[in-house]
Amino acid sequence: MVTTIRKELEVMNEREIQKGEGKIIVRNLNFFYGENQALYENNIEIAPRKVTAIIGPSGCGKSTHLRVYNRIYELYRDQRAEGEVLLDGVNILSPDTDLIKLRKRVGMIFQKPTPFPLSVFENVAYGLRLHYKLNKSELAGRVEEALKRSALWDEVKDKLNQPGTALSGGQQQRLCIARAIAVEPEILLMDEPTSAIDPIATAKIEELVESIKNRYTIVIVTHNMQQAARISDYTAFFYKGYIVEYGKTNQIFTNPKKKETENYITGRFG
Amino acid sequence: MRILQERSTQSRSDGFFRLLTLIGAGIILVLMALIVIELVLNSRLSIEKFGFRFLYTNIWDPVRQEFGALSSFYGTIISTIIAMVIAVPLSLVIALFLVEMAPPAISRFFGIAIELLAAIPSIIYGMWGLFIFAPLMAKYVQPFFKNISGNLFLFQGPPMGIGMLTAGIILAIMILPYISSVMREVFSMVPAVVKESAVGMGATTWEMVKVMVRYGIQGMIGAIFIGLGRAIGETMAVTFVIGNSHVISTSLFAPANSITASLANEFAEAAEPMYLSALIELGLLLFFVTLIIQIISQLWLRRVQKTMGVQ
Amino acid sequence: MIPKSEKKRILVDLIIRIISAASAMLGLFILLWISYEVLIRGIGAINWRFFTELPTPPGVGGGGLANAIVGTLLITVLATLISVPFGFLAGIYLSEFGGNSKFAQWVRFFTNILMGTPSIIIGIFVYTILVRPLGHFSGYAGAVALAILMLPLVARTTEDMLQLVPSALRESALALGMPRWKVTINVVFRAARKGLITGTLLAVARISGETAPLLFTALNSPYWPQNLGRATANLTVTIFNYAMSPYSDWQNAAWGASFLITFGVLVTTLIVRFFLREKHE
Repeated sequence: MVTTIRKELEVMNEREIQKGEGKIIVRNLNFFYGENQALYENNIEIAPRKVTAIIGPSGCGKSTHLRVYNRIYELYRDQRAEGEVLLDGVNILSPDTDLIKLRKRVGMIFQKPTPFPLSVFENVAYGLRLHYKLNKSELAGRVEEALKRSALWDEVKDKLNQPGTALSGGQQQRLCIARAIAVEPEILLMDEPTSAIDPIATAKIEELVESIKNRYTIVIVTHNMQQAARISDYTAFFYKGYIVEYGKTNQIFTNPKKKETENYITGRFG
Repeated sequence: MRILQERSTQSRSDGFFRLLTLIGAGIILVLMALIVIELVLNSRLSIEKFGFRFLYTNIWDPVRQEFGALSSFYGTIISTIIAMVIAVPLSLVIALFLVEMAPPAISRFFGIAIELLAAIPSIIYGMWGLFIFAPLMAKYVQPFFKNISGNLFLFQGPPMGIGMLTAGIILAIMILPYISSVMREVFSMVPAVVKESAVGMGATTWEMVKVMVRYGIQGMIGAIFIGLGRAIGETMAVTFVIGNSHVISTSLFAPANSITASLANEFAEAAEPMYLSALIELGLLLFFVTLIIQIISQLWLRRVQKTMGVQ
Repeated sequence: MIPKSEKKRILVDLIIRIISAASAMLGLFILLWISYEVLIRGIGAINWRFFTELPTPPGVGGGGLANAIVGTLLITVLATLISVPFGFLAGIYLSEFGGNSKFAQWVRFFTNILMGTPSIIIGIFVYTILVRPLGHFSGYAGAVALAILMLPLVARTTEDMLQLVPSALRESALALGMPRWKVTINVVFRAARKGLITGTLLAVARISGETAPLLFTALNSPYWPQNLGRATANLTVTIFNYAMSPYSDWQNAAWGASFLITFGVLVTTLIVRFFLREKHE
């Protein structure tokens, strides 16, 4: 079955994607945890300034795929990626990639909110302080702007000096988004950003994504198919390490071309 | 009827067993209480004669039966400070190496080495300090400091090798494994997502570690307290190399004394009750200092566990 | 906005990495250095007579530390025999009965405090209760001092190890109608057996190298330990006395004794580690 999927996939990829215009172009990406292969021959192009959702059952490689885009997997010794990931035409998997610059351009939001044990202000200022020499007023201005853009400013403007960990879960997640966008990344990777927070806070984050999507290229991994349908322009369906189907969100959800995709979105497995 | 009987003997035997274990546990409390009582009772002579003067007078004269703890106390404090100043940053970077930098196999190997270093009895550190390390201090280290500092007050005196600095360094080596193994635990308790979000922002390893330190700062302070408690109460490693002199000197190379060294060196020769009582009062003083450090670190660690549990 | 110099950040990172690795190397180097010196100097002092003969006065030559070896063994074994039952009982109480009661929390608190109390204080304490009133130093007092040092170690390991036993095991044994004490001894203790043995061994290794408490209790003696009611020869106090003496043959013997103690403790620790690893796998 695996080989048939692969063959069909190649055909499909030819057809579906506007070749060469992607912000990120992934070619023949394979990924390994030690001896175990987790991704097989992934090919995808991520459209600039659009929201691309990655869906699929647990363990299908969605997060693994996302974590290649900023090479965060390299924190772990036994993980390794093969193939090409072109960011604006430059392969980020090549050994001479400047990881600091890469990660400044590619921000990431995680499953659980991860405010640092610092004040609200210092959390947002963290990345700015890492990358820039700023005076006080510049810094304050940039922090305020990031907080406003992540729709958190009104809620936290009076408690900028309180610990970031004291905020509610949803606020913490928006704080992390503010922290990520403060350094003006070009791409935002979101790894199931709403899986640990309640529905109301989730709605706020979805609104936030909607409001910032024209500024950033956003790739969001989600478990929640409604969410993918609501907020994304393109959707990729992952299954067992393969990209089974990729296309306009509308098309994927209304008229899936593959059996597996259909089974998944109609809730027959996963 | 029979069932009833059985059940009652069963609960009786269980009650007895429970009582037995309660006694085992209670003994620990009784021992703690007895230690305080005995130390106070046996230093009564000295406490009555010298009162608070004992704490701040710098006199130690067994012939005239006049005793003050200052020189010993001073030595304990200074040697401990030297040890902490050396051991804390060193443990931090060693823990950093083990958790964040070394490949797993090397990390495991170093982990075992640290454990072995912690297992070596303190008297061995004393032997090594006296016969191997102190001569090196006398031959190389002290002349070096003397030369570059132009005979600054900190480094004066004949190069004997033994003294405050040597004691502090040996103490640092002794407590290094304790502090670094706790720091290692603290580092490895930092959730992976926290590390990932720092690195995901473009932080270097060191910049990521600074976030980890913020995250684990409470546990690290706990580790420092544990090391502090050990350093203050350590006897043999210090006794061998501190020089056993009740003269307070500003020089780090001058022989000095610590509470534990005074006790170890003089206890056997203390024939007069007042002398003995003064020595036991030194012990009482040491006990109180370590007790306070222990209590603070226990309460601190408990608080840390609570806050970590919430997260 | 002026970007920070990335080169500088990477350089700082590199420097810290180098410092870290160098520090770890330094730690390893010190361990090897100490072991090397103890090994080289110690082996030179050890021969058959070292294990079989009594010490000789300085300058005479020959002789051994047989009495101190026997004394250390006797005192350590006795201390273990005194300490382990109480430590087990206390550990059982904390794990099986105490739970989070106020009393159990106090016991836990003071067990930790006792563990952190300097061993020299324990020595003085035993001096005041067993040596001073009786008027003479004794091997028994030494064993009691070491037992007190060991007690909190055994109690805490016991609690920790019993806690690792899944409660389903206790419950199923209790459900069979076994009384609590039988469940604890036959089931829980058996399940935790390896952990208890290794924990106890580590505690023994720890106290067998103690010097300070023996200085005030067992003291030392040049004779065979025929009567533990009197001052008793032991290795650690012998090391202290001999090392502080001006005689080179005594200092030499002190190295021999250091060798025995160090490698005894290190080998025990390594075996225990190996044992523990096996348990996990």
